[in-house]
Amino acid sequence: MTTYLVRRLIYTVPILFGVAIIIFSLFNLVGGDPTYQMLGKHATPAQIAELRHELGLDRTKLQQFGDYLGQMVTFDFGRSYSTKQKISEMIWSGIPPSLSLAIPAFIVETLLALIIAMLVAYFRGSLFDRIVVVGCVMGMSVSALAYILFGQYVFAYLFGFFPISGYDPDPILRFKYVALPALIWVTVSLGINVRVFRTFMLDEVGQDYVRTARAKGLSESSTLFKHILKNAMIPVITYVVIQIPFLITGSFLLESFFGIPGLGSITIDAIHNSDFPVIKAMTTIETLLFIFGNLLTDALYSVVDPRVRLK
Amino acid sequence: MEKILEVKNLRTRFRAEGGIATAVDGVSFDVYKGRTLGIVGESGCGKSVTSLSIMRLIPDPPGEISGGEIIYKGRDLLKLSIPEMRAIRGNEISMIFQEPMTSLNPVFTIGDQIREAILLHQKTSRAAAKAKTIEMLKLVGIPVPEKRFDEYPHQLSGGMRQRVMIAMALSCNPQVLIADEPTTALDVTIQAQILELMKKIRETLGMAMILITHDLGIIAETADEVLVMYAGKVVEKGPVKEIFANPLHPYTRGLLNSLPSLEKKKRLETIAGIVPSLLDLPKGCRFQARCPYAFEICRGEEPALREVGPAHWIACYKDLPRFEGKK
Ligand SMILES: Nc1ncnc2c1ncn2[C@@H]1O[C@H](COP(=O)(O)OP(=O)(O)OP(=O)(O)O)[C@@H](O)[C@H]1O
Ligand SMILES: [Mg+2]
Repeated sequence: MTTYLVRRLIYTVPILFGVAIIIFSLFNLVGGDPTYQMLGKHATPAQIAELRHELGLDRTKLQQFGDYLGQMVTFDFGRSYSTKQKISEMIWSGIPPSLSLAIPAFIVETLLALIIAMLVAYFRGSLFDRIVVVGCVMGMSVSALAYILFGQYVFAYLFGFFPISGYDPDPILRFKYVALPALIWVTVSLGINVRVFRTFMLDEVGQDYVRTARAKGLSESSTLFKHILKNAMIPVITYVVIQIPFLITGSFLLESFFGIPGLGSITIDAIHNSDFPVIKAMTTIETLLFIFGNLLTDALYSVVDPRVRLK
Repeated sequence: MEKILEVKNLRTRFRAEGGIATAVDGVSFDVYKGRTLGIVGESGCGKSVTSLSIMRLIPDPPGEISGGEIIYKGRDLLKLSIPEMRAIRGNEISMIFQEPMTSLNPVFTIGDQIREAILLHQKTSRAAAKAKTIEMLKLVGIPVPEKRFDEYPHQLSGGMRQRVMIAMALSCNPQVLIADEPTTALDVTIQAQILELMKKIRETLGMAMILITHDLGIIAETADEVLVMYAGKVVEKGPVKEIFANPLHPYTRGLLNSLPSLEKKKRLETIAGIVPSLLDLPKGCRFQARCPYAFEICRGEEPALREVGPAHWIACYKDLPRFEGKK
């Protein structure tokens, strides 16, 4: 088990290296010369040369790639082109707002979807099942933008239940601001999650071991909540855990619409301003989180699935 | 002989694309304490559906038990409430399935799965249930049962898993054990071991057994009575010795002729043709299209089961006087 995880951890080294090559090449292909953007059209060649030296752009590509690898290891991605702020500081300041929105929303959404999916699996084929499925499809078909506009207009503007947008770093007050976007997050993702979890459950219902459990004399609820649930948790965990690292990077749409200064907003702003170092930093972080998410999933897999534990 | 289970005119049907398939159509038989009833027939003739009907484990939808009675100790199982039925399943009547590889839950240890049945039906402590589980594992010939208790199904071979299923089925000392092709998925040497084990256990524990198979050789070795099924109906039934010595239904004869035999060294015969679809049954006898003796009358009224000898029943017109000579 430990050796398995250590092996997986070692595997990530070449993966990281490959990813670094891809990201570095992509940014070199599309990046263009940032000095024009930063100094404007009328810069003198001397100014340009000085800035290029400052940014390390006068070094060879190989050296620059080495710099990038260094950045990945030290998490020091230099300064933003537009705000001149240290990127690592920007990231650290963006994580708490992102998580304040993402963690509560994610927990509520996952638990709610799991509970509904189990009820649906228990009452499979009934009217309740059909209503839920139709409701999910309807919920999924509506764009997140519609929920945002509706929520902001009706609940925030007309009824005044929530502030329309903004954020307060106060540990308690912040929840006043994240409540509405969190609610929208849950609404948007509930439909798809219920459907996915329902499929995971129903895939198990027809298995032979379920018939064995019934033949033993177990009740329908013990069969579902003990035998089926533990098996269904294997795909559920994969599906859920892989999303966890991305909670840090937040939601682009919700954060920018609700003015929450999280990593999602930072990324969107960076894209607007062609702030390549920030975009590169965020891309790198997303990638690292993805690899980390996979690792986490594998580790948890081996906890729930005895067949993985031994290999 | 004490009758322990009596199935009367059982009908089980499935809603299928293109109509309703009556997979078990008016099947009746008795099961006696301390004896083994063998059910044989080709694939799809309704053997598993019959046994699942007794357990009331027919998936509904698409299936449904649409008629008949299953009398166990004077009570009709089909009229029991769901909790009453649950108290019988795995306790008084238990079942072993055709698919040893998939019938155990992959994420629980085998010990857990057997102990669960014991804890469910008997008022014992977890420790006592564990001791009983290990005792059962020993009974079914699993080496080092204390160690196996904590193993998962994937760590066991198919034969070992089927032994675990048997241990589970027997853990609450059932009155009736239904074994649905317990050895079909296993290789031949393991098959013989498992059958030998089941025979021994049935003798020591004195319960009744329903052994389902499509292999008449297994029936000859293990069963006391035989029920031959064809397309959802019983075509012949009687004591094993009688059926093997004097098979009357052409289908039974066909099955016996397709058995390999060392002494006779004759050519193996197969039954020509295929089983009719349950959705498109011919009028009259269901076997007519494959029957070498089929005649006009076979296409009329469907033959009913008749007693033609002591406890020997067939559903065929072949032996009727007016039938003779017409072929
Ligand atoms: N869940 C189901 N849904 C629809 N039809 C079914 C279902 N289970 C069984 N049947 C039908 O009932 C008939 C009898 O099936 P059954 O499984 O009892 O056959 P069997 O005699 O056990 O065959 P085998 O030797 O292959 O196990 C078949 O025609 C099958 O198509
Ligand atoms: Mg079967």
